[in-house]
Amino acid sequence: MSFDIRDDRRYRETHEWARPNGAVRVGITDFAQDELGDVVFVELPEAGDELTAGDEFGVIESIKAVSDLYAPVSGEVVAVNEELFDAPELVNEDPFGDGWMLKLDPADEGEFDDLLSPAAYRDQTE
Amino acid sequence: MALRTPPLRELHAERGAKFTEFGGWDMPVEFDGIRVEHEAVRSAAGLFDVSHMGEIEVSGADATALMNRLTTNDVAALAPGDAQYSAITNEAGEMIDDTVVYLLPDGETYLFVPNAGGDDAVFERWTDHRDEWGLDAVVENATEEYAMFALQGPDAVATAADLADAPLAELGRFSVREASVDGVGCLVARTGYTGEDGVEFLLPTTDAPTVWETLSDAEPEGATVQPCGLGARDTLRIEAGFLLSGQDFDVESDPRTPFEADIGFAVDLDTEFVGRDALAAQREAGVEEQFTGFRLTERGVPRHGYDIVNTENRVVGEVTSGTMSPTLDEPIGMGYIPVEYADPGTNLRVVVRGNQKNARVQTLPFYEP
Repeated sequence: MSFDIRDDRRYRETHEWARPNGAVRVGITDFAQDELGDVVFVELPEAGDELTAGDEFGVIESIKAVSDLYAPVSGEVVAVNEELFDAPELVNEDPFGDGWMLKLDPADEGEFDDLLSPAAYRDQTE
Repeated sequence: MALRTPPLRELHAERGAKFTEFGGWDMPVEFDGIRVEHEAVRSAAGLFDVSHMGEIEVSGADATALMNRLTTNDVAALAPGDAQYSAITNEAGEMIDDTVVYLLPDGETYLFVPNAGGDDAVFERWTDHRDEWGLDAVVENATEEYAMFALQGPDAVATAADLADAPLAELGRFSVREASVDGVGCLVARTGYTGEDGVEFLLPTTDAPTVWETLSDAEPEGATVQPCGLGARDTLRIEAGFLLSGQDFDVESDPRTPFEADIGFAVDLDTEFVGRDALAAQREAGVEEQFTGFRLTERGVPRHGYDIVNTENRVVGEVTSGTMSPTLDEPIGMGYIPVEYADPGTNLRVVVRGNQKNARVQTLPFYEP
């Protein structure tokens, strides 16, 4: 099975992605949503919360499993994807797009260098 | 410890199944996603490989006596080709396992199906008691000789009837007969664990690929038969309010009697079985705690081990099974709570990662076709 991995973002070992584009968008990868199966519940922080890279920022539940979500980079939460509360299946359907979770105002752009490149993340999932 | 593998491990892997350890077996947990598989069983037909279930055969002059001493129901009530749900209890009346007992069409052999991983312990229990009581019975652990498939859903019986050389549509609920599929002799029973109508096939392990492929290639009403894993089996049985051995009761970590588990219909106190006196006393005194269903009325998913609290914040029980119901699209769960809270409509709370979520008691099953 091969999974979609996008070149326009970087990855954490725990299967979150971060895409720098002004504010940083954060979500989970195609590989992660496939491992979880049908997502039924997402718990996210509130706008204004401050996250440090590596913090647990929320929880994602599928029918069969509960997983913690980890912040790929530090920053202030400027928006959360509230559509996921009513339509958590968006994480399965479009993990890199409509299934995004957070927008962060990054505290330190240098932290991106600590994340995995698309190629390194691909190696990890194969 | 090496995992036991079902006879079709490779075939399932080629079909894209994901696997999980369950009861010491390496079993398919999903093929195409729990929701897709669950919905197929509720609307058409799904096929499960449940070869991890145990099979114990008991025959001989004292077979009936041995079965009746070790199971809570009355096997003497079975005619050839009948089946019954039953429990296996210890002296305290606590369930070691639950099972379905078949009296095979020959009228002489009992076959019962302990849960995955329980076959060795149950086999020993049977042979030990047989020897202790000096009974004349042959007990065989045939778990490795049998494959077991469940075809479940509103289209399941018609599909099975089309493929078999016997009128399976006439087979009554909780009945078993012989039938052959593709020339393979099977035992076919109108039983299951999903809440839907359907049949279960017991067949020789060596013929498992032939029968699986025939069943999974069937096209009921032009539809397809969905292969299903243990994930959907779990969500289906929770909606149906069925117990899972080792999770909704466990003789070591959470011992429960059949009355607490609300399966008193499987207990016949007029027979002399191990645990009978303790259960007779409990029937007289009444149970203090009762297996009960509930729904969360706010977002969250109840899961095994979460606390159940009353409206005064006192812990009154634990969730034993829970899920997001694919059919109802609501979070549902089950667990044991004191009888004073067990009336439908009672407000309780479930503690989900430190947060209390409102819940309301409701009668099982959550879903009936």
